[in-house]
Amino acid sequence: MNAVALTTLGIEIGWGAALAIKTLVILLIIPAGALILGYVFLLKMMSHMQSRLGPMDPGGFHGWFQLIGDGLKFVQKEDLMPDGADRKVFAGAPAVVLISTFLVFLVIPMGPDLVVKDLDIGVFYALAVSSLSVIGILMAGWSSANKYALLGGLRAAGQLIAYELPLLLAVIGVVIQAGTMSLNGIVVAQQQQSIFGIDWIGNPYILTQFVGFLIFLIAAQAELTQTPFDMPVAESELVGGYHVEYTGFRFLFFFMGEYGTAFAFSAIAATLFLGGYALPWVEGDLANWIGPLVLFAKLMLVAFLMFWARFTFPRLREDQLQAFAWKFLIPLGLANLLVTALFKVAF
Amino acid sequence: MTEFYRSYLAVAVLILAAIGMVGFMLGLGRLIRPVRAQEQKYIPYEAGSDPTGTFGQSNVRYYVFALLFVIFDVEAVFIFPWAVNLESLGWFGLVEMTIFVVVLTLGLVYAWRKGVLRWA
Repeated sequence: MNAVALTTLGIEIGWGAALAIKTLVILLIIPAGALILGYVFLLKMMSHMQSRLGPMDPGGFHGWFQLIGDGLKFVQKEDLMPDGADRKVFAGAPAVVLISTFLVFLVIPMGPDLVVKDLDIGVFYALAVSSLSVIGILMAGWSSANKYALLGGLRAAGQLIAYELPLLLAVIGVVIQAGTMSLNGIVVAQQQQSIFGIDWIGNPYILTQFVGFLIFLIAAQAELTQTPFDMPVAESELVGGYHVEYTGFRFLFFFMGEYGTAFAFSAIAATLFLGGYALPWVEGDLANWIGPLVLFAKLMLVAFLMFWARFTFPRLREDQLQAFAWKFLIPLGLANLLVTALFKVAF
Repeated sequence: MTEFYRSYLAVAVLILAAIGMVGFMLGLGRLIRPVRAQEQKYIPYEAGSDPTGTFGQSNVRYYVFALLFVIFDVEAVFIFPWAVNLESLGWFGLVEMTIFVVVLTLGLVYAWRKGVLRWA
């Protein structure tokens, strides 16, 4: 139970204790989020869309035991490190990826008061820490002493920096409209603003920033190295990319990092474009209580779109990927930025 | 303690907690997992066959992309404060930023025409 929920029950706690409780909640969100996305999308949706029988079988009902079995398998695995590996860097890389995922959740608001720390530079911070995972991926690819891992790591680095820019440009459109970088401020702005005078549902930015929303989704897909942008981990080309040499818990970290980041990006997209925790006409304490559920519903909607693309599109080529970012998404993002600014100033 | 420092403190606490959790899981793994050393297990895995050739020779073709990225990423640092304050800057801010973005786009067009964005 969260700190503010406790306060509404009449229990007063200091900010230090509140911070400790909130930190613990966040530490639980990542594994929980990774599990939920893994179950709902990776197992159920993929199995149905691609007619996969294997993941539907273990345990009986829709293969509910599959992920638990996978987890148990990882726990029992030896911790192998190839002979030529740079041992310290190799060991640290998965931790860097996972920690960068944790840090994103600091600023995501789950209710008017349910946020660990609503930083003034919230969006900027979220994008900055989420891109720290590039360092972990490069570390993994470089230190593995494996040709395929090195290729995968370099591809990942090239891809993540190329798609960082469309992501930033898409977010700037929202920041212009909201006039603040604080995620809570952006949610409140979406509740209070109007679209050319029509204000009965506020202004969810997916309506006025639809181009930005699409750019954000595509760029997030590439940042997550999901199909159609999964060249860094392409099994059929690179055997597995930067994490080919990892086993056991360290591999599990990469897995959790990937799905935790998918969870985080869905939450950011839901907050920036779909109104976050807010529902029209819901205010005050009630918003604190149902906020997390509303955010979760919106987040799953965004995640559904991302995983849908993942399960149905074929893989692009590396040069197509770079060209798509630099020749299409970035000019489009810049145009979107200027048009948004024009509307903001003119109206 | 002021609100400003509490922000930093929150980030620091979260980093420490994350490191703690990672350490805890790795420690748990160390207790549970078996260790049965065999020489073959430590050969780099390359799809089943024994690795050939030397490691470490790769043509990093898109280092130019990294240079371009730095230009645009620094631009983002300028644009964010502008975006927050656009309401008060008005037309002046819009014209200034349009000039800034056009100059940047010229750089991108130059790189494009030079063939840097093509996979050669």
